[in-house]
Amino acid sequence: MTTAAAGTGKKIRGRTASLNRFGKGTQAGFHIVLGIFALLCIIPFLFVIIISFTSEESIRQIGYSFHPLSWSSQAYQYTFQLGDQLWRSYFNSFLITVIGTVLSVLITFLYAYPLFRRDYRRRNFFNFLSFFTMIFGGGLVPTFVICKSVLGLSDNYAALIVPMLFSPFNVIIMRTFFQTSVPTELIEAATIDGSGEYRTLFQIVFPIVTPGIATIALLVALGYWNEWFLSLLYINKNMEIIPLQYLLMRMQRNADFLAKNSAMIGADASKAAAQLPSQTLKMALVVFIVVPIACAYPFFQRYVVAGLTVGSVKG
Amino acid sequence: MKQTETARKPVKSRAAGRRRNLWLDTMVLPGAIWLLLIRYLPMFGIVLAFKNYKAQRPNTFWNNILKSKWVGLDNFQFLKSPDTAIMIRNTLGYNILWIILGLIISVAFAVMMSELTNRLMAKTYQTMMFFPYFLSWVVASYFVLAFLDPTSGMIPAMQKASGGAVTNFYHETRWWPLILTLCNLWKNIGYSSVLYLAAITGIDTTQYEAAAVDGATKWQQVWHVTLPNIRTMIVILLIMNVGKIFNADFGLFYNVPQNSGSLYPVTQVVDTYVYRAYANTHNIGMSSAAGFLQSAVGLICIVAANTVVRKIDSESSLF
Repeated sequence: MTTAAAGTGKKIRGRTASLNRFGKGTQAGFHIVLGIFALLCIIPFLFVIIISFTSEESIRQIGYSFHPLSWSSQAYQYTFQLGDQLWRSYFNSFLITVIGTVLSVLITFLYAYPLFRRDYRRRNFFNFLSFFTMIFGGGLVPTFVICKSVLGLSDNYAALIVPMLFSPFNVIIMRTFFQTSVPTELIEAATIDGSGEYRTLFQIVFPIVTPGIATIALLVALGYWNEWFLSLLYINKNMEIIPLQYLLMRMQRNADFLAKNSAMIGADASKAAAQLPSQTLKMALVVFIVVPIACAYPFFQRYVVAGLTVGSVKG
Repeated sequence: MKQTETARKPVKSRAAGRRRNLWLDTMVLPGAIWLLLIRYLPMFGIVLAFKNYKAQRPNTFWNNILKSKWVGLDNFQFLKSPDTAIMIRNTLGYNILWIILGLIISVAFAVMMSELTNRLMAKTYQTMMFFPYFLSWVVASYFVLAFLDPTSGMIPAMQKASGGAVTNFYHETRWWPLILTLCNLWKNIGYSSVLYLAAITGIDTTQYEAAAVDGATKWQQVWHVTLPNIRTMIVILLIMNVGKIFNADFGLFYNVPQNSGSLYPVTQVVDTYVYRAYANTHNIGMSSAAGFLQSAVGLICIVAANTVVRKIDSESSLF
């Protein structure tokens, strides 16, 4: 009896195993489709790296190519020669990203925590205050005009940091992290033991939600690193503070922007501009922007996926 | 003894509770101030849409707003121009096309990735596909330039080498619906398929086993188990995207076509229209009016979308 049942069980399991995955041919088809698309996602970046190491002569003869006639690191040498605007922008990108991320994470963390506390009386009010801005706003121009003329966000670092400091979307992600990982009893116990609100938050709650903090920090840092729109709006004269993304954008239509804004003056500057390897230089700057992301990417991908799946539907 | 303690406790805890609430208030404060200054204050700026904003004496912002003349709906005259019709057509057209394409492709990719027996390869594909999502449109515009640049881009260079006519991509409108679509899919498919993949991974495997016992082939399992399980999520993301149908990705439409004027007929969308109205003509009234319309229509769309979502699955609704 038992052996017979075990026998049929095995037979069923054997049949279901074959029904539980696609055949080899179908799987191969999936690999081809997914593989091609996956390659297309990174090939443009590889192409830009190749171009940045291509000699100007090769570009003049056959244009951009995956197989250049000759290689050259001239573009990178130039970045060192007339680099002051470039390195300043690179520094600005890092500075804005670091300051913006630290402040933004702190503000988001502080704002989301009371919204998770069921005993907080003004919970609904502040929830709505943040949420409503997700569905309605003053529009681009009124926001710009007010930030510029009333709040003084113009041609300064604050203009590149403050408008992105806070995001209701991140508040929702952070609040969800609180809800899923912090038991209410823990906070009650801490309160009964006489712990103050800030002590509870930073010494007891903070260590539990570090994955949430990491997720928010990464999303915000990426946002600041990739930011160029704020520069387009708020920076008119003070080119010393622009980040690398905006420098690159300016160079699209103004190839000798870098030479003009370098420390060289007069004849030197125009001479430098004349012999600039402008095309490969621009591609080298793209590489400069993407390399930090590409290096950090394998480590942060997991966190970002976690955060985005949490916030996807509710966002 | 015990009774007096319980009797006293509520009074004491109410006072303590109030004090705790005040501490929590201080936590919310920085974010609340930011919201009031950067999000709510500009909402009053909407009056700009109904005024002829001119510099007054003394030339301060609030004084300018107060003393500028009310002009009713004059700033909305732009609605009559043919440019507006094109801009609305582009915004809606691209959004509808991309919502449909994006949905089909990302669900298909998510199903394929979930069915691969080689998990390492599946993970690799996912990692590669997600990569463009983390790049800015400025960077992406250089990627496009590498292929299309009129003097040395790969495609024009190849055309030159083969002796054919060289396409000047940044002046020919007919290629751009295709180019923009490819760019959008390239950047966003990885992200949305990861979302769907997460939902598929969460499906209870016993459902597949039960289906297999009943003799369902793998294709039938996908159709009868996988898809019904992620149907709610599909519908919700779909409706949420419909709610954002009057918004466009500024970076894509501004940077990737290099802000080329001859491409405006196929690249002008609401967001670029509002920006250019301000940046090129400094017409504060008209650009505020256009922005206000966008916000208002957006609000209506998102509230409508949310109402529909709440009917389907109240858990997933935004509010």
